[in-house]
Amino acid sequence: MTDHHVQHAGDDPGESAPDLTLHMRSSPRLLAGAREMVASLARRLGFDEVSACQVALAVDEALANVIRHGYERREDGPIDMLVWLLAPEGEPSAPPTGLKVVIEDQGRQVDPGLIKGRDLDDIRPGGLGVHIIREVMDEVRYEKRDAGGMRLTLVKRGGAVKDGGSPASDPPAEAAHGRGSVHG
Amino acid sequence: MAEQFQVNTEKRQETTILTPHGDIDMGVSPQFREALRTAQESHPRRLVVNMGGVGYMDSSGLATLVEAMKLTRGDGTRLVLCALSDRVKAIFEIARLEKYFTITGDLDAAVQA
Repeated sequence: MTDHHVQHAGDDPGESAPDLTLHMRSSPRLLAGAREMVASLARRLGFDEVSACQVALAVDEALANVIRHGYERREDGPIDMLVWLLAPEGEPSAPPTGLKVVIEDQGRQVDPGLIKGRDLDDIRPGGLGVHIIREVMDEVRYEKRDAGGMRLTLVKRGGAVKDGGSPASDPPAEAAHGRGSVHG
Repeated sequence: MAEQFQVNTEKRQETTILTPHGDIDMGVSPQFREALRTAQESHPRRLVVNMGGVGYMDSSGLATLVEAMKLTRGDGTRLVLCALSDRVKAIFEIARLEKYFTITGDLDAAVQA
């Protein structure tokens, strides 16, 4: 029987405990539950519908890439999704308005420098996941884990609408248009 | 909660209309791809994908539609997408693919596009 918990030994000493942790298998059937949970959290933090859906989309794409590339479509690989609720920057005691989502696996390791979205002018099926993740999230960081597998950190700030502004109107993060790389 | 994914097919003269219902993600995109391929086997003059029943789609669904676009172009079939929700429309815009597809607001416009 496979243990569906990612081994954490040696990872991130000093990191505060996550507000929410989801242990899951690398099964496409579980994607809907994972993304809908994140979308629901985002809505309750004040994200508008489009922004909440974008965060869910990024999580879906990230998990799908772990299944597709990390575990090569094996359905019994462990994946952990850890979620922190983020207070606005500079206001640590204010109610949370943002999200940090960390996705960890024990699948195949890839040099983070090779994980890039493909050139959008190259119109073909596939390879859009990484581009989408970078486009909709404020921070995206891939790392190799010391204990094996990969860690992806995603941050989306500013759920609450302030002074007529909307998170949906934030300028998109710089897109990665790489070539000769691992695509998702 | 996401409903069970299914695709309905309807023929109107030289037009085939595919209507997927449910979320399209990595788990169901092979079923969506199969439905598109099956519809294309009869080489309709126009293939309409009515997306009104799709509340969510990820890049696997987008990839499936790009594949269908290439397949239909090679066969001389006009592929038309219609009734995209704002959330589904957003993923086309993020991927900057909307300009490569014929997209109409509703089914009536799609069958005449």
